[in-house]
Amino acid sequence: MYPKGLRTLALATVATLVAGFALVFYYAPLDADQGFIQKIFYLHVPLAIVALIGFILAAVHAIRHLRTGDSIHDARSYIAIHISVIFGVAVLVTGAIWARASWGHWWSWEEPTLVSFLIVFLLYCTYYPLRYAIEDRDRQARYASVFAITAGAFVPLNFIAVRMAESLVHPRVFATAEGGMPAKMWITFLVCFAGMSLLWLTLARFELSAKSTSASLARLRRALDGDSVTRTETATRPTRTVPARATQS
Amino acid sequence: MPALPLDEAGKYVAGAYIVFVALLLVYVAIMAAKLQRIERELRELAERAEEGTAE
Repeated sequence: MYPKGLRTLALATVATLVAGFALVFYYAPLDADQGFIQKIFYLHVPLAIVALIGFILAAVHAIRHLRTGDSIHDARSYIAIHISVIFGVAVLVTGAIWARASWGHWWSWEEPTLVSFLIVFLLYCTYYPLRYAIEDRDRQARYASVFAITAGAFVPLNFIAVRMAESLVHPRVFATAEGGMPAKMWITFLVCFAGMSLLWLTLARFELSAKSTSASLARLRRALDGDSVTRTETATRPTRTVPARATQS
Repeated sequence: MPALPLDEAGKYVAGAYIVFVALLLVYVAIMAAKLQRIERELRELAERAEEGTAE
């Protein structure tokens, strides 16, 4: 049932995440400004980046689906959005916990980084009702692809909004005038980012495998149902005897 | 932004990491339930196919 290499990928994910979290607590230095609470950064930021990359991947697969008509690209686009939305939930919750500890409140509506991510997240939440409101499979896939491409365009806007934001309440750690993070923090961040990317990939492949198995089962069921209907019809239909002359000629 | 003392910051950091693990476990539990359903359906179909072959 599982695709080749999924077990290896899952093991690599667990190993990388465990290594990443070990680096967070035993290797990365304490942040001079934020102290211990900065440890959330190694969880929150990789989750956010991987979720947003996942939304862009969904748009790429949607474009491929519209160009080729191959349903595998539609399935990949759906799964990319699905996993990224789950990651998005984790981003919002971990971000809110960090905000509570740092700012004293769970959310700040004045902060463009938070609001723009929330808009992107809510936009993708509407993907499910849109998709399942359409019964016809082909139309459903086409409309979902158009949605994924349109919504995908909002993701770079999210990054741009963050960079252009006037408000500097949300920390900027990668490129600051002071020189950004020290090397030990960078290494820890990169290992955590690799772990989150592998986790996203593992979950996506696992979901794709489950989805394709479900589709194969449905096809098998339809084939068996058709087969049993044919057999029932044959059993109940009056048998027509072929005249001996016809068979001889 | 003054840094929180370790004992106070610790519960927030633990909370964030626990939320992440909990979400992951919920997802894995949902997927496990889905896989169990697929396996059950597969068994049913295999039985039906065997019955069909026997007839």
